[in-house]
Amino acid sequence: MSATHDGRDAEELRKGQEERLNKVWETPKGWRYWSVVNNTEVGIWYTATSFAFMLFAGVLGLLARVQLAVPENDFLTASFYNQVYTLHGTVMMFLFAVPIFEAVAIVILPQMLGARDLPFPRLSAFGYWCFLIGGVFVSGSIFFGAAPEGGWFMYPPLTTQERFTPGYGPDIWLLGLSFIEVASIAAAVELIVGTLKCRPPGMRLNLMPLYAWYVLVVAGMILFAFPPLIAGDILFELERLFNWPFFDPERGGDPMLWQHLFWIFGHPEVYIVFLPAIALVAMIIPTFAQRPLIGYSWIVLAAVGTGFLSFGLWVHHMYATGLPSISLGFFSAASEAVAIPTGVQVFVFIATLLAGRVVNSVPMLFVSGALAVFVIGGLTGVMVALAPFDWQAHDTYFIVAHLHYVLIGGMLFPVVAGVYYYWPLVGSRRLSDRLGKIAFWLMLIGFNVAFFPMHLSGLMGMPRRVWTYPTGLGLDLPNLISTVGAFIFAAGILIIVFDILRPKGNQPYAERNTWNAGTLEWLSEVPGKSWGVRCVPIIKTRYPLWEQPGFMEDYDKGRFYLADAEELQRETMVTSVLDGEPVQCLRVPGPTFMTMIAAILLGAVFIFATFHWWEATLVAMVLTTISILVWLWRGTSLIPEKAEKDVGLGLSLPLYKSGPQSVGWWAMFITMVGDGTAFLSLVFGYFFFFTIHEDFPPTGAPTPGLLWPLVSLALTAGAWAAAWAALKTNKAGNVAVARVLMAGGTGLALAGGAALVWAPYGAGLDPVSHVYPATVWVLVIWTVAHAAVGALMLAYCLARSFAGRLTPVYDIDIENVALYWHFMAATGLITVAAIGLSPLAA
Amino acid sequence: MAFSRHTEDNLWTLIAAPTVWAFHFLLSYVVAAVECAPNSDIFEPIGGTRLLVAGITVIALVAIGFVLWRSIREWRYHGGGYRHNEDTDLDRERFLEFSTVLLAALSFVGVIFVAMPALTIWDCR
Repeated sequence: MSATHDGRDAEELRKGQEERLNKVWETPKGWRYWSVVNNTEVGIWYTATSFAFMLFAGVLGLLARVQLAVPENDFLTASFYNQVYTLHGTVMMFLFAVPIFEAVAIVILPQMLGARDLPFPRLSAFGYWCFLIGGVFVSGSIFFGAAPEGGWFMYPPLTTQERFTPGYGPDIWLLGLSFIEVASIAAAVELIVGTLKCRPPGMRLNLMPLYAWYVLVVAGMILFAFPPLIAGDILFELERLFNWPFFDPERGGDPMLWQHLFWIFGHPEVYIVFLPAIALVAMIIPTFAQRPLIGYSWIVLAAVGTGFLSFGLWVHHMYATGLPSISLGFFSAASEAVAIPTGVQVFVFIATLLAGRVVNSVPMLFVSGALAVFVIGGLTGVMVALAPFDWQAHDTYFIVAHLHYVLIGGMLFPVVAGVYYYWPLVGSRRLSDRLGKIAFWLMLIGFNVAFFPMHLSGLMGMPRRVWTYPTGLGLDLPNLISTVGAFIFAAGILIIVFDILRPKGNQPYAERNTWNAGTLEWLSEVPGKSWGVRCVPIIKTRYPLWEQPGFMEDYDKGRFYLADAEELQRETMVTSVLDGEPVQCLRVPGPTFMTMIAAILLGAVFIFATFHWWEATLVAMVLTTISILVWLWRGTSLIPEKAEKDVGLGLSLPLYKSGPQSVGWWAMFITMVGDGTAFLSLVFGYFFFFTIHEDFPPTGAPTPGLLWPLVSLALTAGAWAAAWAALKTNKAGNVAVARVLMAGGTGLALAGGAALVWAPYGAGLDPVSHVYPATVWVLVIWTVAHAAVGALMLAYCLARSFAGRLTPVYDIDIENVALYWHFMAATGLITVAAIGLSPLAA
Repeated sequence: MAFSRHTEDNLWTLIAAPTVWAFHFLLSYVVAAVECAPNSDIFEPIGGTRLLVAGITVIALVAIGFVLWRSIREWRYHGGGYRHNEDTDLDRERFLEFSTVLLAALSFVGVIFVAMPALTIWDCR
């Protein structure tokens, strides 16, 4: 009797818990739906948007193929054709290939880690809105005939000089994409902190799903690969807008600097695109082989090894630029070396399939197609990594064939496999097996028919990017075949789109864990719940659904951590990096329009700047800053109502952590690493000119001198010391002293910035006259802007302290600002050393 | 958990060897660029630069070799093996050690690859 009674009580308790969780994680209705920040919604928007951009870019690809179908064709004008292929490449790479990684990771990573959400949901939402606005801006330009025409890598001087490229095309490309890069870096911060700090208890590094390893590596790569492009964009745009001669040889500039900065980004980007797609393969293969992946450590080797080696390959895009052959040799060697970890992955997958009993299915079909196509692309990659071969094939259709084999085999096929595999998590139903198979064969056949002949037309000498070609060179037939193949391929894609969009109301739900997989994301209920996970499980194995008995029942009954939301707050768990030991119960923020507003305002800054509306740009900048301050003030480092909370199973965890144990501190650290990389790329530019010029600074040219740079350095060091001392005194309870230090630090930072500006200004350095003053000014502006942000941060802490939102115990704000100031001090030191000391060395 | 006289491995020790590879690569590139970037006298032999690359290479190989030696020794000391899927501190440690071995081996080969052009290329052409 009493046992039944207890059972009923327990049942009631569970019901109450589920009701509370439902209420807390509920998606807002009506127009407020667009204020959602939850990963499940934002991730789906993100994925759908990047797919839409892919379809758009695919249509552009088809237009290009129609133009090339027959010789001497005039289906498109030459100028429009240039816009078409430029946007095809740009949109595919920047608006599909990279964002789809972030999108998919935002959807499935938290599920895979048994987390309710990523640590900064609002940051994900902000990134999404940036991506949408920037993407529409860049893509939309073609409807006004204003799209960029310079190819997806925008080589100057073709693109920097008004006489070659009139109009706004390159500005739209640069500013639109710089804006989207903000979204990528935001996602990288989110995903690194998510992977390291939001794993479920017990999920040690050796038990982490391989997908998470790949996410960690790729997000780390974004942090070092995107900032050089941002630095390049800054130089490029300063040349376009203000005629600062970074790439103009007549005034000491050099177009090669752009190529370096672009490809330091561009080559790792290929792997940033490839690795997350292969990560999907690493999740799909164990499921359909029905056994754990063989060689877990070998995959970690491959992911981390590729991540590093990929930064030593960039010059293999520049073999034909006349660099000394010893330099080419270094890059060629590294390009061959990267084949080792890439090959290891393929062998690990094949070994797992051989050792398991493979279940036939559509995702597996796409995986096998992916491996076959990718290996062919990899082999031509080994060929073009050799400089002498590349000199023959450079800028021909052979390269076009190679890159499409790599990208479509290494990225598109695995992503489609992922769509078929993960659709039941999103749409609660499986996609059609029959349509999937038809689509697969159309895509595989169409792809090879389209792209294989390009190897031949390339070897025959057909250059890339030509608008048309004369008849009788032997190019007619291969081009016609390629065009036919492209349309067969597109038909396959259309079938997938149809399969996704067709109404499935009369089709039964897929059963839960429909493929019998072993990892946590398949705990998801059908139809899905908005709470993410019912409770935060304890992990002891790599494939808990296979290897931990009774796991799903315990999970459903809420027998793990955080099964309830007593205070009606959104919560998830923070754990330690190595072993996943519980550290904190993290309150994550809910819906808000602030992220959308901030993104719109920031978008306005970039769009107004494109059209040179300077007053409007300044106003938008101020409004963006205000909106971000409002967002931070109202939504971050909130003081909880109690210090600790019982998270279940007798465990009590703190609700607030500051310093190196808090997720915010790590986010600041990671952001500043990316920011520092952009700064070092500018410094690289300075020393690039230093090495290529016999005398740099040019003899007799004015220099900033030593006095004012050193004054600035002293003031900046003072601000840095004040920030650090403010943190320590505040922690010790000396709030009044801390406030004085914050105010003093603000003043010192501003004075330091002013002194630094005065150095080149007072010496009369004119950035338009020569590349030397221009590079000095860039370093100065970068440093001063960071000093101003640092001053604003200290002032913010001061205001928070007066408002009672920053106390000796609850001190996230000043912890993070002090961390920022370490980076700022290093920036000031390097700038002063570069602009003050290098003239002495010369 | 204390492993006497042994390093407790973490993500930083994991990437130590490839980081050495990256610095070796960067320095080799910079050394060659500084010598050859003003492309004025391209037939002049660059023996000094090649020796410098050789020196950087030896240092890098010694550093990576140390990581490799340490990780192999500790991995063996902790029982070796290849699976490392247990929910224990020891298995996590072994996993990190074995992955370090693999990455150090790759980095070692990578450094040799990158150094080879300096063996065969004599000037700035």
